[in-house]
Amino acid sequence: MAPILEARGVTKVYPGTVALKEVDFDVFPGEVHALIGENGAGKSTLMKILAGIEQPSAGKLYLDGKEVRFHSTRDAAAEGIGIIHQELNMFREMRVADNMFAGNEIARFGVIDRAAQRKRVREVLSRLQLDVDPDEKMMNLRVGQQQIIEIGKTMLKQKLRVLIMDEPTSSLSNAEVEVLFKLIEDLRSQGVAIIYISHRLEEIMRVCDRVTILRDGRRIDSAFVKDIEVEWIIERMVGHAQLTIEKKPYPGAPEPVLEVIDYKLPRLGGGYTVDHVSFTLHRGEVLGIYGLMGAGRTELVESLMGLHPESSGEMVLDGAKITHPVVSEQIARGMVLVPEDRQKDGLVQCMSIFNNMRLTSLKRLSTHGLMREKDSRREVAETVRDLQVKVADVNHLVTALSGGNQQKVVIGKCVMAHAKVFIMDEPSRGIDVGAKTDIFNLMRGFAAQGMGVLFIGSELKEIMSVCDRVLVMSNGKVTADLSGAEIREDALVRASAANLHTGWKDKGGD
Amino acid sequence: MAGKTVKNNSLGMILLKGRTFIALIILVIFFSFCAPNFTTANSIVLMLRHTSLYGLLALGMTLVIITGGIDLSVGSVVGLVGMLMGGMLNEGLRLPFMSGTIYPNVPLILLIVAVVAILIGLVSGLLIAYLNVPAFIATLGTMYVCRGFAMLRNGGATFPNLLGSEELGNLGFPTIGSGSITVFGLDIPYAILIFVVLALLSLFILKFTSLGNQIYAVGGNERAATLSGIKTKRIKLFVYMFSALMAAICSMINTSQLRAAHPAAGESWEMNAIASVVLGGTSMSGGIGTIGGTIVGALVINVLNDGMTMMGVSSFWQQVIRGVVIVVAVVIDQLQASLQKKIALQLRNQ
Repeated sequence: MAPILEARGVTKVYPGTVALKEVDFDVFPGEVHALIGENGAGKSTLMKILAGIEQPSAGKLYLDGKEVRFHSTRDAAAEGIGIIHQELNMFREMRVADNMFAGNEIARFGVIDRAAQRKRVREVLSRLQLDVDPDEKMMNLRVGQQQIIEIGKTMLKQKLRVLIMDEPTSSLSNAEVEVLFKLIEDLRSQGVAIIYISHRLEEIMRVCDRVTILRDGRRIDSAFVKDIEVEWIIERMVGHAQLTIEKKPYPGAPEPVLEVIDYKLPRLGGGYTVDHVSFTLHRGEVLGIYGLMGAGRTELVESLMGLHPESSGEMVLDGAKITHPVVSEQIARGMVLVPEDRQKDGLVQCMSIFNNMRLTSLKRLSTHGLMREKDSRREVAETVRDLQVKVADVNHLVTALSGGNQQKVVIGKCVMAHAKVFIMDEPSRGIDVGAKTDIFNLMRGFAAQGMGVLFIGSELKEIMSVCDRVLVMSNGKVTADLSGAEIREDALVRASAANLHTGWKDKGGD
Repeated sequence: MAGKTVKNNSLGMILLKGRTFIALIILVIFFSFCAPNFTTANSIVLMLRHTSLYGLLALGMTLVIITGGIDLSVGSVVGLVGMLMGGMLNEGLRLPFMSGTIYPNVPLILLIVAVVAILIGLVSGLLIAYLNVPAFIATLGTMYVCRGFAMLRNGGATFPNLLGSEELGNLGFPTIGSGSITVFGLDIPYAILIFVVLALLSLFILKFTSLGNQIYAVGGNERAATLSGIKTKRIKLFVYMFSALMAAICSMINTSQLRAAHPAAGESWEMNAIASVVLGGTSMSGGIGTIGGTIVGALVINVLNDGMTMMGVSSFWQQVIRGVVIVVAVVIDQLQASLQKKIALQLRNQ
């Protein structure tokens, strides 16, 4: 049997980074093929190329052995290739049928034929064994039902041949997961090829036939699930090469600099996004927070910074007890956050490098409201030198820098605020290897100067080589607190999935 | 890089950046030939007077638009402040807890209306910053409310002859608009002087103070500003209060020049101000803009208006032409923005 869809030598270059390097991938009819890798390994990019959302910089796609080019999702959809995103794309206020046909309406002279749409939706949904009224509002459905409708959307016009699913179970309850697995089984028996992307290795071992592992944009290995075990996958996901980060010790006393006591952030619709979290961060320590996407790590640190007024709990920051943090006060007390999305949250794009860097220290660098230009220039120049930011001129727009250097500007901004607690949310995302090493060395340097560093990371290798201690979060809860030799891949991976199917969804849902 | 490269300092880029200034020069040359009396001292002073009057609103509007907002209420504030001043000059002030009427002197009147205007700005700012009302809607609301009160103050009628009188001790109001100071043998009207001083003040705030930095940061990326410890809500309050104060000063000059307060004064002046700001290269989405640009923008708008009037172009055609000029300017703006992005990418890939 020949593969239905095949990618050969696919490369994808984004400005500043290579997301995929000469990757080969194929999927056969009636096969469930898992795509595995850490965040940033290139899974999403490959998936987007297969679904026509992005075009490869080099390499070719073959459908039934014939070369094809997809210029858009429409092209791919016309060949029966459907994709279900992790974040569902839907119009919550609109009806099921209108949602499914959005952009593809059955219409005559521009007038929608609602009866025909309804009929077709019923046919498709009955094949998916979903009993939902086509006129129901999308927002009234459960997440699992919405997801099945999303699948149904790919089956409306053409015969579905390839279905790409990105983390389909991440927001489903146990019961809904079972329904989904049964559906996957049905689709497989109908000869549909399924590309299944997930972090949950147990799940993959259960439903998939074959796995392909990506790391740093390269295809590392493929194997049949019946021939392998979870450990085999983890080993290849993480790789053997260790980062060489020197852990300089902090000469002072490791007294606590931040104590967090019973922090909670309620979730819309019940339960907690941050579920009664307590921990202590010491001077001179790099404390990692590991977890899957959506584990509540970002929300935890955002709550500590004062970005979620609805959060509650208590913290002791450098001796001061705080119950209702306010961002500007937290920064004044020495807590700084290097946000996950530096473009959106970290930088003012239309400002120069210089103006971005002094943004946290405007008060300190001014007298009676008047900026002290000379002092600002000197401090920015020092910080640029200390962090080895590669800039031609600090008066250039910050967007003229590469991703890694932009990240250093955000870090520099925080350094200039005289931080005591340095929170870094995914600081290595989307930057090249060299810059990553620089940034990790900086983190260790901050710790050696007596700061407490909180490092949110998704890559095991990075967490393991940088941190003194690691908290693992899963579904809002801290599921492990590991230090020293306890920080092992398998312990981290297991703890990150520990709290997954015991959360609110089971109690709430059905 | 292969293919075409765009350089930041190429002639084309310089022309593109200085486009509003170049447009101004072209306008001046054009009207010098086509409009009679355009180059006489009188008409030049007239144009500068117009520019400084409308320009005051544009100064406040620049700060507001840099934060990513808009202030539609300034024209109405001009009207309301004028009526309040006119009322106090002609009818005095009756306070509920005092018997009789007191007639405040001119400086006190100016102080009172300045405070009232700042409070109006505070209301807009509170709505926008703390109640999350979109700036467009919040200031649309204050615009109607202020205009309504301006009409209500004297039942829609004007307060004429705002000269004050000796025995009431409130003489001198017309001096603001018509007085002048002689520097090196040149008569410089107070109106123009006030504008120059306030323009320098705005420029100073934006360029040299931490407040100015924060104004740019809030407009450039509000979330990043918050995460940098900037109190973004206070910054928003400030710009709307500043804008309303500029409107009050504009009204002082305008009412004084006319020696009469009309409740419809300042109608649609906010549009003139917005046009000046946009022509001056300030981005409506915030984060980018300069006072220098706004002044050039205000000059273009007013030279265009006065020049066309001197040429005898009908006021209907004037509106058409003004509209075209503004839209063309913004189209060129977008072109420049995309070019600049290209340059940034090239720098990054080097």
